Amino acid sequence: MNAVKWSRAQMAALVAGDIADGAVVNLGIGLPTLVANHLPAGREVVLHSENGVIGMGPAPAAGAEDFDLINAGKQPVTLLPGGSFFHHADSFAMMRGGHLDVCVLGAFQVSAAGDLANWHTGAADAIPAVGGAMDLALGAKKTYVMMEHTTKTGEMKIVERCSYPLTGVGCVARIYTDLAVIDVTPRGLVVLAMADGLDHDALQRLTGAPLAPLR
Amino acid sequence: MIDKEVASVEAAVADVPDGATVMIGGFGTAGLPNELTDALLAQGARDLTIVNNNAGNGESGLAALLAAGRVRKIICSFPRQVDSHHFDALYRSGRIELELVPQGNLAERIRAAGAGIGGFFTPTGYGTELAKGKETREIGGRMYVLEAPIHADYAFIKAERGDRWGNLTYRMTARNFGPVMAMAAKTTIATVHEIVELGALDPEAVVTPGIFVQRVVKIARVATTAGGFASAPKAASQRSGGAA
Repeated sequence: MNAVKWSRAQMAALVAGDIADGAVVNLGIGLPTLVANHLPAGREVVLHSENGVIGMGPAPAAGAEDFDLINAGKQPVTLLPGGSFFHHADSFAMMRGGHLDVCVLGAFQVSAAGDLANWHTGAADAIPAVGGAMDLALGAKKTYVMMEHTTKTGEMKIVERCSYPLTGVGCVARIYTDLAVIDVTPRGLVVLAMADGLDHDALQRLTGAPLAPLR
Repeated sequence: MIDKEVASVEAAVADVPDGATVMIGGFGTAGLPNELTDALLAQGARDLTIVNNNAGNGESGLAALLAAGRVRKIICSFPRQVDSHHFDALYRSGRIELELVPQGNLAERIRAAGAGIGGFFTPTGYGTELAKGKETREIGGRMYVLEAPIHADYAFIKAERGDRWGNLTYRMTARNFGPVMAMAAKTTIATVHEIVELGALDPEAVVTPGIFVQRVVKIARVATTAGGFASAPKAASQRSGGAA
């Protein structure tokens, strides 16, 4: 395969391009955080973080951090005009209650039915820690996943059924990988876009569940 | 006359008995009532059940309480952190009980206790390990899990300003669990940086009405630095034992 994989920045730009003007969005820790840097100019997108802030701005300059103003990744952030603060129960009500438009998360595995596994590898000696992962999985009108298409050792991450412990059932709407953009639909996985140099058969060989081409 | 002001953190936590359930607010570097937790460590209560989002960071606050063997059980959402080594050691050697709760369920279970709700159905966690053995129900075509309220004997929270009736305001994301924990405990102890005259807090801006607060203690304004995040300022990582 001579496919040219999308970089992390390109993946973030693809996700950002699909976020509409006026959307309220929660970006998960890690890769999804990059999406904030690629939001197209002229779109007003409101960023929410589950520890109790909406209307987050960019990271503060070095030395200007205020450790009372942080995001869920515990990194210092800033607040834009119009932003506000609220307690944890209200913050998760915004998510659980379907008030957010988009949530972008990382994943270990996503199944053909949109099941998500991203909180625990299930290893016997691991100390379990879930945080807001299960809330985020169901936390918006649309849950997008951003991840590498396969693991570093070449194992498939898009699978028929997740082998890792589930975070949420049937919650993923769209998957952005370094090779493709794939919609989760009632008729299965549908390819929306592919990296240059890749064809459907090559993508299918790297994917553990049937893929339908975009019609 | 109502006067909820208490002279010291030591006096504020003096009556916490062995076996108490204590909620401790805070998330990351924001809103940790570490002065109260430190006072509880010095006070000596043991066999405690702690409700917190995490399970201690570095060497101070909750981590110190854990390290001293005072905690029987912890109810939290995210125990594993770069600097949670005291919890990790207790957990791996079977010396602490862990009830792991998704963060939003944790907040809502605390809120439910404060609001007199006997339980609620939530979609969060359905079909996962964390819902095993719990009652489920289909409501309007969606699957939900029954979750129980979490009550506490004490809540330790950190606010910004308070008055002698216990009215509180917070500062930015330091609000986090404070308002819901204040509702859920029999005795809520709030640290504040400023105690103001009754009437000085804008009634439209009071976040936690004094009815939910039993004790208010003034503390010095010291930046919170523990919190388990990797890029803490240098002084912070030194104090918290070197967050990775």
